[in-house]
This record gives sequence, C-alpha cells and structure tokens, in this order.
Amino acid sequence: MGPPRVVVTLPAALVALFPGCAGRHVVAAETVAGAIAALDRAWPGLRDRVCDSSPAVRRHIRVFVGSAIAGLETPLTDGDEIVVLTAISGG
Amino acid sequence: MTDRVMVLLGTRKGVFILDGDPGRSAWRLRGPFCNAWPINHAIGDPATGTIYAAGGNAWFGPAVWRSDDLGETWTHSSEGLAYPAGETPVTAAWSLAIRDGTLFAGVEPAGLFSSDDGGRSWAHVAGLRQHPSRPEWQPGAGGLILHHVVPHPGDEDQIWVAISAAGVFHTQDGGASWAPRNSGTRCDFNPPEKRYPEFGQCVHALAMAAGTPERLYQQNHCGMYRTDDGGRAWHSIETGLPSSFGFPAVAHPSDPETLYLLPLNGDVSGRYVPEGKAAVWRTRDGGTQWEALRAGLPQQNAFFGVLRQAMATDTLTPTGLYFGTNTGTVYASADEGDTWTCVAEHLPAISSVETILVSA
Repeated sequence: MGPPRVVVTLPAALVALFPGCAGRHVVAAETVAGAIAALDRAWPGLRDRVCDSSPAVRRHIRVFVGSAIAGLETPLTDGDEIVVLTAISGG
Repeated sequence: MTDRVMVLLGTRKGVFILDGDPGRSAWRLRGPFCNAWPINHAIGDPATGTIYAAGGNAWFGPAVWRSDDLGETWTHSSEGLAYPAGETPVTAAWSLAIRDGTLFAGVEPAGLFSSDDGGRSWAHVAGLRQHPSRPEWQPGAGGLILHHVVPHPGDEDQIWVAISAAGVFHTQDGGASWAPRNSGTRCDFNPPEKRYPEFGQCVHALAMAAGTPERLYQQNHCGMYRTDDGGRAWHSIETGLPSSFGFPAVAHPSDPETLYLLPLNGDVSGRYVPEGKAAVWRTRDGGTQWEALRAGLPQQNAFFGVLRQAMATDTLTPTGLYFGTNTGTVYASADEGDTWTCVAEHLPAISSVETILVSA
C-alpha cells in the first residue's frame, strides 16, 4: 500500500503563475509538505511560491486539510482534501 | 541600424514598458506584466536584450522575472534565492545589476545573490551577511533592503552595494569579504557623538561615474556625496542644492562630471518636490555647481516624490533622461534634461525606471 492519495486545490493567483497548471490535482503523499513537493516536481518552483525557507507555509497563505488549518508536517490520510488559499491581504 | 529606447518601469502593480520611436518623441505604453506583482526594479541586459524584473509578492514571496522577447512573455524563478532554514526568509528582490552575463540581485532582508544562468537559479553571496556588523544593521522606512548593486566594470572581484540603513559596503575579493565604505557620510538622526559611524548610514542611492570606477556618487538620507577613491572617503557636494534629502542619483552615461538628482523637501516635511515645484538638478562639474532643470515640469501644486531607483538615462546622443513618480507619472527629456515632457500618467506608484536600446 502506497502513500495516501489526496486531492489538492490551488488558488487562481497561484495557478496563473504556472501556465498549463490545473487548479485541482490528485497526488500521493504522507504530509502536506510531501503533497507540495509532488506538485513542485510537476511544476518546478511551485513550492517556493507556497512555502518560505523557514521552512513554513508563507504568512499570507493558508493550507487547509479538510476544515482544519494545516502546516507542512500535517499528516494526510487517504481521500483528504487539501485546499490552498491566498489571504485577502492586498493594496 | 536605427535604435529606439524602451523605458522599463517597475511599479507597485507590475512592469510597464514605454516603447519610444527613434526620435524619442512618441511613446506607446504596454503592461502590466509579471502578473501585476509589486516590482522593485526592472533592467535590460544590453548584451542580449533580456529583461529582468525583481519583486516580491505578499502571497508568493520573492522572485526575479525574465522576458526574452522584449516583454511579450515572462517566466519567474526564485530557485536558490533564499537564506538557510531558520533565518528570516527573503521577502522580496529589490535591485538588479548585470556584468558580463552574471546577474546580481539585492534582497530584503539585506543580502546579495548572483546568477550565472540568467536568473533561473541563484547563489547566495554569503560573505556580505557574515560581516561582523550585520547583527546591528537597522531597517529604514522601506525595510532592511539592499537596493543598489554596483559592480566594477573591469574587475570582477569588486562590487559596491548600498543597504538601508547599513550604508555602503565594498568587496575586492569577489564577495568573500566586505568592508564598510561610509567615511565622511553623516547620520543626522544619531546623537551628536555618533554622527559619523563606520556603518549604519541611510544611503539612498549609489551611482558610478562613467569611465572612472573609483568615482561614486551617493544620495544619502543626510546629504549628497562624492568619492574619488572607491568610497574610502566621501565628500559633501550638497552646497547649492535646495535640500540635502532625496532618493535617486543618476550618473551621465559618458561624462563623469555630470550627475542628476531629484531633491525632495526633507525627511520630515512630506518628502515631495520643494515648494510643490518639480525640478531635476544637474551638475556638470562633479558637484561644485548645480542648476535646476524645470522646463516642462509642473511648477505648481506638485506633491509627488521620486523613489530611489526611479530615474535613469539612455545611451543615445544627446542623452535622454527619464523619471517616474510615486504618483504614477513618467517624464522624459531627449536633451540631457534641458526640457521635459510627460509621457505616461495614471500608472501605479513607480519604483524603478531603466532603459534599454533595441533595434527599431
């Protein structure tokens, strides 16, 4: 049995930075960091847009697993829905 | 072959490009590019025509954008543009410079990176942040930013950088070690006994005189300066200016005695052009005498400022000069600053202005 299969939904402003990238992906990963790494392999540079070098999810981005705010080390289970959101900050 | 000027504008909401006709009399605006990211500095590589844009997005962090087709399409990368895990992350790329194919980026919090593959990947020039003064570097109002990178044109081991508010630093071993170059520049904001520290100055802009790498000009928060020995000793050249405060300092592309400034009314007086009347100030003798250039610029009710990277020359003859305001207006001169024309308005706040020549 491999890693859990999860669905990741990305925000439009992030997708727009990677032409051809879809807004919804199915990946196999044990943690949120692993899911983002899987997306980064397909879309090089995507991890740097979501995570800083602390390493942590960027300050004005939220990652939810289900209805709970998640961090990079949050474990995943089969069928989890990961949603990446941008904050309403701007100006 | 006829050349025309492209004016590259970094703004709070993306890069814009002004395409000039060969006579520099008509301009066409394109943009915004770079997904409307805040762009602090956009430059063109005169050797290749590639355009680079340094910025940082509140959601997505720092990146350097690149266009190989004069702005039509763009890619972005921040691979390697990061400090080690555990350090305060890089928030934005602030300044760019290119020398013989090597691209340099200054970032916030202050540090220097270089790229030998056109900005696709970056390496940290770690020696600068290893300087013993680094724990004491303090941010200015714009943050702790490395906002000017001035490579020596003939010696790849030498680079000067300007950091707000740590001052000017210089390396002569390719970035392995650095030395402060602030002697003679004031810190009016310090107690009297600390007015001339070794570092901690609020440098606003750094410009190298044409053909004389040891001559640098500096607009500082507290005065205007010139050095003729690579920054070992700075001398005030502010007598005759309406203010000791301003941001940009732009050297003439071929005359080392000519420099352009855009003084503002002072750091606690609003930071707009003095008396609401816009003027670029020019010296033709290395800073001994100054003249105001006002023809075509608004002479009443002008309350804009011009940021540190928002004025530039072109390399045509006669020299063209351009500046962008923090209220989104661009003025251009095709006669060394003698007369001016408004060539764009209603843009986002303009962070940087640079030019590149392309074939018409």
